[in-house]
Amino acid sequence: MAKANLVDAINRALAEEMERDERVVLLGEDIGRDGGVFRVTAGLLERFGAERVVDTPLSELGMVGAAVGMALWGLRPVVEIQFMAFIYEAIEQIFSHAARIHSRSRGRYSAPIVVRTPYGVGIKGPELHSDSTEAIFCHMPGVKVVVPSTPYNAKGLLKSAIRDEDPVVFLEPSRLYRTIKTELPQEDYTIPLGHAEVVKEGGSITAISWGTMLHRTMEATEGFDVEVIDLQTLKPFDEETLLNSVKKTGRTVVVHEATGFCGVGAELSAFFAELAMLHLRSPVMRVTAPDGVVPMAILEDHYMPSVEKIRRAFEEVMNY
Amino acid sequence: MPYRVIDSFEVRYLQIVDEAGNLDESLFDGFSEWLVRSFFERLVLSRTFNSRCLSLQREGRIGTYPSIYGQEASQVGSALALDAKDWVFPTFRESGVLAALGYPMELLLRYWMGDERGMKIPHGMNIVPMSIPVGTHIPHATGCGWAMRLEGARAAALCYFGDGGSSRGDFHEGLNMAGVFKANTVFLCQNNQWAISVPRTRQTASRTIAQKAFSYGFEGIQVDGNDIFAVYRATLDALNRAKRGEGPTLIECFTYRLDDHTTADDASRYRDPGEVEEWKKREPLLRLRLVMQRMGLWTEDYEKEVVKHSEEVVDSAIEKAEAVSPPEPSDILIYTSHTPSGRQRRELKEL
Ligand SMILES: Cc1ncc(C[n+]2csc(CCOP(=O)(O)OP(=O)(O)O)c2C)c(N)n1
Ligand SMILES: [Mg+2]
Repeated sequence: MAKANLVDAINRALAEEMERDERVVLLGEDIGRDGGVFRVTAGLLERFGAERVVDTPLSELGMVGAAVGMALWGLRPVVEIQFMAFIYEAIEQIFSHAARIHSRSRGRYSAPIVVRTPYGVGIKGPELHSDSTEAIFCHMPGVKVVVPSTPYNAKGLLKSAIRDEDPVVFLEPSRLYRTIKTELPQEDYTIPLGHAEVVKEGGSITAISWGTMLHRTMEATEGFDVEVIDLQTLKPFDEETLLNSVKKTGRTVVVHEATGFCGVGAELSAFFAELAMLHLRSPVMRVTAPDGVVPMAILEDHYMPSVEKIRRAFEEVMNY
Repeated sequence: MPYRVIDSFEVRYLQIVDEAGNLDESLFDGFSEWLVRSFFERLVLSRTFNSRCLSLQREGRIGTYPSIYGQEASQVGSALALDAKDWVFPTFRESGVLAALGYPMELLLRYWMGDERGMKIPHGMNIVPMSIPVGTHIPHATGCGWAMRLEGARAAALCYFGDGGSSRGDFHEGLNMAGVFKANTVFLCQNNQWAISVPRTRQTASRTIAQKAFSYGFEGIQVDGNDIFAVYRATLDALNRAKRGEGPTLIECFTYRLDDHTTADDASRYRDPGEVEEWKKREPLLRLRLVMQRMGLWTEDYEKEVVKHSEEVVDSAIEKAEAVSPPEPSDILIYTSHTPSGRQRRELKEL
């Protein structure tokens, strides 16, 4: 089986979904002729034409708002936001409209859109090219949030996101775009949303992570008996897989690159406190970025949770 | 009842010196020898800084960098129309504005190396850190110019952005509000024909960007953005009107991005090289030189000297920038808020 990187995997998921379903259209800045600033949509304009692979004006709110309208009519728009920090103007459309239309129309309408965007630290990009503010989207009822960690799961998850009836924010760790390759089956497979993957079995600690940090977490496990879970869908997350694991290990470490305060780790921590208190042998530990503005290139490495920091958290829960 | 025309507008275009160096005598007014020499010297300085940055990026000594090649007249001409009391709201593609205003180049270099301290604007300079999200700073310039008006200050805010920026909601909201409150603001759009790979015709179906001002109740003008004389004249007039309390202006500088969008881009994927060659013939230094020759201000030796001096200035800035020690990891936290939270204090210990 041929190996592929994350860029190829997402490209193939988009192409296959466009092939399968004529209603799928892509909107974005520089996604057509240029093939996307990360080359994720390379070749799609040539293959599917300028009416389905659309370079829009530089207007994030316009793109997402128009996607909602297209979805109301019956299309399946997939919007690319060039970098996560540029999604903020479109939040009004995601929160006030896409997220609520199903509820506001009591089920008559829905907004099956996907908003894809590269995100996260680790590429030494310019200012505001490294945000990881996934928690904001998780906070909004009606929005699903998905983060792939490998080319394999990216393809399966994106396909599910496109087929989903609800709006999905699909966050692509830019640091992983070209740094890892996995086998990528040619056939049509999906990975259901709301399903977490146990990527390494273990008995003493449950480590939960996603995206870029999943790989750091794996690196940190040596010498510890860790069960590593790739959350994949941050909202709604897979409660059963998490509970089963923590019942076995009794110790939990959540690792994410976003800042800790009100981060997804806080929600997971509360979840365990509410539903697994009696199984816990130590407090739930979080390894996160500090509560500061994402730094530019020079300080980036100090901002990202390091392997040592993760190992310290493992030690701490073991010695509690 | 027949239809009646209840309003109409005309979009004016200003060019003082054309590509061949022909100039309109009636408009060529107020350009002292001193000013024309500063045009030339700052233009060469900004071009030198720019080309050095491109090399530094290739050598891995700075990060991704957006070139200003081709846009120097729009940047230097407008910057030199500013007073010390005016405020400037730049984007990431304003090295020429900053160089013309005397922004310390070592700071600008530090910024492009990935060091926030490079945007610590020296006291006495009313420049705001460059906007990275496209167009989002436009309402700031509205608010600043509005505050100037409220306080009766004889100052104006000058806001730079690109053709792509004119598609953002921020542009429309910022201009609309500036019109309503007659803010002391000048909006300067460098229409360089491209927003990365998206051509100007994809940003708006209207013929010009300038005309958008009329729907907000003020004047818009298109200027030959490669004619430094026209850019200077239009900017100065607009700034003066703003300072007299006559409200905002939108200036569209019609220019061209001769290089890739940034060093991370490859324009050959989407842009006809023939178009670039055509625009190279119109690049701003060529006609400035012609005018200066006519005025008896240009000799080959003079240009050589200006180039040499600029290279020395830029090289010494590079040396200074590279000698700076890296920022402290604690910088990530200590500027976030005026006083740290309990959590931040704990995190500071770990950094
Ligand atoms: C809100 C936002 N969306 C997308 C981007 C990514 N991006 C950076 S520059 C650019 C094009 C800007 O075009 P224009 O406004 O014409 O300015 P120019 O680059 O030509 O100077 C894009 C899409 C961004 N920085 N901010
Ligand atoms: Mg442009």
